[in-house]
Amino acid sequence: MGSVCELREVGYTYPGAKTPALAGISLRIAPGAWVALLGSNGSGKSTLARIFNALLVPTQGSSIVCGWDTGKEEHHAAVRREVCMVFQNPENQIVAATVEEDVAFGPENLGLPSEEIVSRVRWALEVVGLTALSRQPVYALSGGQKQRLAVAGALALRPRCLVLDEATSMLDPQGRADLASVLRELHAEGMTLVSITHRLEEILDCDEVHVLHRGQQVWHGAPLDFFAVPRPEWGVEDPPLWRLWRRLRSGNRIPRTIFPRGKEMAEALCPSR
Amino acid sequence: MSLSVKDLSFTYHAGTPLARRALDSVSFEMNSGQWMAVVGPTGSGKSTLAQHLNALILPQEGKVTVDGMTVTHRSPDLREVRRRVGLVFQYPEQQLFAENVYDEVAFAPRNWGVDEGRLEVLVARSLAQVGLETSLSSRSPFSLSGGQKRRVALASVLAAEPEYLVLDEPTAGLDGGGVREFLSLIAELVRGGMGVLQITHDLELALSRCDAILVLDHGRVLGMGSPQDLVDPLCRAVLPGLIIPPVLDFSRRLRERGLAVPLTMDAEELGRRLEKGGRY
Repeated sequence: MGSVCELREVGYTYPGAKTPALAGISLRIAPGAWVALLGSNGSGKSTLARIFNALLVPTQGSSIVCGWDTGKEEHHAAVRREVCMVFQNPENQIVAATVEEDVAFGPENLGLPSEEIVSRVRWALEVVGLTALSRQPVYALSGGQKQRLAVAGALALRPRCLVLDEATSMLDPQGRADLASVLRELHAEGMTLVSITHRLEEILDCDEVHVLHRGQQVWHGAPLDFFAVPRPEWGVEDPPLWRLWRRLRSGNRIPRTIFPRGKEMAEALCPSR
Repeated sequence: MSLSVKDLSFTYHAGTPLARRALDSVSFEMNSGQWMAVVGPTGSGKSTLAQHLNALILPQEGKVTVDGMTVTHRSPDLREVRRRVGLVFQYPEQQLFAENVYDEVAFAPRNWGVDEGRLEVLVARSLAQVGLETSLSSRSPFSLSGGQKRRVALASVLAAEPEYLVLDEPTAGLDGGGVREFLSLIAELVRGGMGVLQITHDLELALSRCDAILVLDHGRVLGMGSPQDLVDPLCRAVLPGLIIPPVLDFSRRLRERGLAVPLTMDAEELGRRLEKGGRY
């Protein structure tokens, strides 16, 4: 199977800007992959996200999304059906008065038959765990529920890929945990996911990490290799648990396959009989 | 000088079928120069409490007192209470509105009739307190970065020369460096004698930076005390929406498995103990 996204030497300069927001980005996202894009504020990660679904078109290089060259405007509608975005602020992504109407908005716009719309809405709400709230007015939802609603609205378009741009940053810990479990489930079902974040605990579930710094791609590889070396020069945090994990790892106190999660580390250090 | 809350209760939509008790007999006291965290799950009453502290909501039952002034419907001092207690909402940068940074920061004291000469001093000082150059004064607040906007919003509250700050999740949405910078600004204000009450979901921050923690759940005070006092109970009380800091959680799991290590957030200390070999 081909790539979901393939970027070749992509650069982007905002109109009127002197310096490019992105330069020389080449990457390929395989179907079913869960990719994390990491970088501090201003690193270019949100710009890159918008290139994946043709909200922005590269000013240099090329981006091929699900086989379509996003440089051609006639491809944009198709690209945006295949790659859907979920943004930071849950308040800004809701268009209807009730939960199910909001999810139905996208499929209705595609002109689908009503039984198809009903089944998509039912499925999408099921996936994000909002079935019980389907008749609720959207104002009655919490921030975390609104963000899961935004995910359901995207899913109802049956995209191949979801791009989450700091989608958890305005959520409380409970909301973040709920959204994370929805994403794990989608990943298990084969959905391609791109998580843009500066929260390091969110990359533990990913297959692949890409780090952006000042618009350039400075690192990519497997999460475990990423955790193994601290990267302060790119404005990447080094959580205390990771420091401890490296210390235990280099002292051979825990196996090298163990992730920096408290539960796994504790089990490895004192296995239960 | 102190801010005190005594047996405070509040019910939204009181007397209707939609009535919901948001605060239930909450009592505590915060002094000048103290940094207090209010933690609790979403819906625990944190924001309702915050709005009582600068008289945005007036008490239905119980008493709120700010430096000896009691907040009631008939209180002639409400304006003074609101000046003394600066309230910074979540995502305060979304409330910026003025044409330039100077007018933004000067807005409240200008409204109170402070003369232009004094305003200039206030604006310059407030911008300095949040680490912004005075040269930004003429810029539109909307042209600034996210972190700068948030600091302008804080400066506009500081321009009223408050004695206390009530901050609702002030670091939400900032990246690691932004969080650290913002917290060191707060620490500086606390050193200067400001009483700061900070609503947060971040237990790590509450346990590592604050002098006192108030734990709310369903509108009730579940616990109150110093970080040292609350580490253990917070680990035991599984409150939805409160995440135990990862290193603390790891040390808790090791203890559960019979390892003799302290309950701690300190990764270096825990590492040393583990290398020495905690015994089963």
